[in-house]
Amino acid sequence: MNRKSIHVVGASLAGIRAAEALRRRGFSNRIVLIGDEPHLPYDRPPLSKQVLAGSWDADRIQLTKPEKLEDLDLDLRLGVRATGFDLDSRTLATSNGDEVVDGLLIATGARCRTLPGTEGMGGVHVLRDLDQAMALRAALDAEPERVVVVGAGFIGAEVAATCRERSVEVTMVEALNTPLARVLGDQVGEICAEIHRQHGVDLRTNVGVARVEADSEGRVANVVLTDGAEVAADVVVVGIGVVPNTEWLEGSGLTIDNGVLCDGTMLAGPGVTAAGDVARWPNHRFDEVMRVEHWDNAIEQGVHAAERLLTDEVDARPFTPVPWFWSDQYDRKIQLAGRIRPDDDVEVVTGTLEAHRFAALYGRKGKLVGVLGFNRPRHVMQYKTMIEDGISFADAIAAGV
Amino acid sequence: MKIVVDFDLCESNAICMQIAPDVFEVRDDDFLYILNENPDESDRGRMEECVQRCPKQAISIED
Repeated sequence: MNRKSIHVVGASLAGIRAAEALRRRGFSNRIVLIGDEPHLPYDRPPLSKQVLAGSWDADRIQLTKPEKLEDLDLDLRLGVRATGFDLDSRTLATSNGDEVVDGLLIATGARCRTLPGTEGMGGVHVLRDLDQAMALRAALDAEPERVVVVGAGFIGAEVAATCRERSVEVTMVEALNTPLARVLGDQVGEICAEIHRQHGVDLRTNVGVARVEADSEGRVANVVLTDGAEVAADVVVVGIGVVPNTEWLEGSGLTIDNGVLCDGTMLAGPGVTAAGDVARWPNHRFDEVMRVEHWDNAIEQGVHAAERLLTDEVDARPFTPVPWFWSDQYDRKIQLAGRIRPDDDVEVVTGTLEAHRFAALYGRKGKLVGVLGFNRPRHVMQYKTMIEDGISFADAIAAGV
Repeated sequence: MKIVVDFDLCESNAICMQIAPDVFEVRDDDFLYILNENPDESDRGRMEECVQRCPKQAISIED
């Protein structure tokens, strides 16, 4: 199927990889890439690590080299925000005006949740985009007495690790009993807690933030916890999850339900697909409707959603990846492939939890559904292939890679 | 086609090894080894996927 033009809304990882995939597939008509940030597409994972640490500058994280970007021959519109869409008339509204589109790929991502009552307060940060990273970096450059990180999820944990590497004092506040318990389970979450404490993080678990107090100039001064404790802080970083950017699609005719709801092939409506953090779809491999916020998913899904726009219904393939992500904290590389739940069977197949270097397999109903590694990248990838091959939990344990 | 890895950038995420185990291998020392520096031209699609999906953008192809 050919199209007169394709509009990609969202100039981040999923969006740029989608545009590249369209050209690779030989699509030679107009591609419009719309992004609300003023920056060329850039890579987010280094924001909480090298960029925040101060060792990399913004030019190091560009996703596509300028000469390659030129070859793609995109109608690139930066600093432009999509404000609405109507499926019937195929009208895309942007801060630059309205236009009628043929193919549309939605990759508007997600944004950080904020802490109620901290709007506009100086010294309170979230970390998602480049400008936010540079603002937080400037705050760390000013040598704060203490940073309070709210939420010990992956972004909070990486920020805490980077702060400690910069010798900044950190208190990290987590509502759960153990960090990342919902993703990694209690036992592994406890290891994460131990690693943070070993690196000097003042980790408070099973406690929330009651309120954040500002000084007379409107800058953060104090974080009051639900157990009554007060922590003096000049910088607060809030890492309590993200919400998909779908408000602009309300009333569009597309189904919005914790993301843009797609079918199993990433089609959200006639000639409309979605990819990346904003997309939700039934992944038949895991019999689960999921929205995945991982880096690698943005690429694979971006490519798939792009190709779907050029494919007829009869030839459309389902998108059934094994989700995979990594997180770097201190000297540990944590990688998880698959979909794991707290009540899955768990078997450590190499290394030991005590040494913080291991690979653990997760089984459900006799099937291998996940692999988690701490500094075991080779094993994670080899078991990821086994998940893709649909092998049994017992066979995976016996395989001994 | 020549495969080049910037080993200062590489952090052995091993995604390349999953895509092309005959070309890339992460060993038990956690380092990446290139098993075949000059894959066949017919393998370009797979090599480009390795380049794209490397989380550190450490892999490049020299023609």
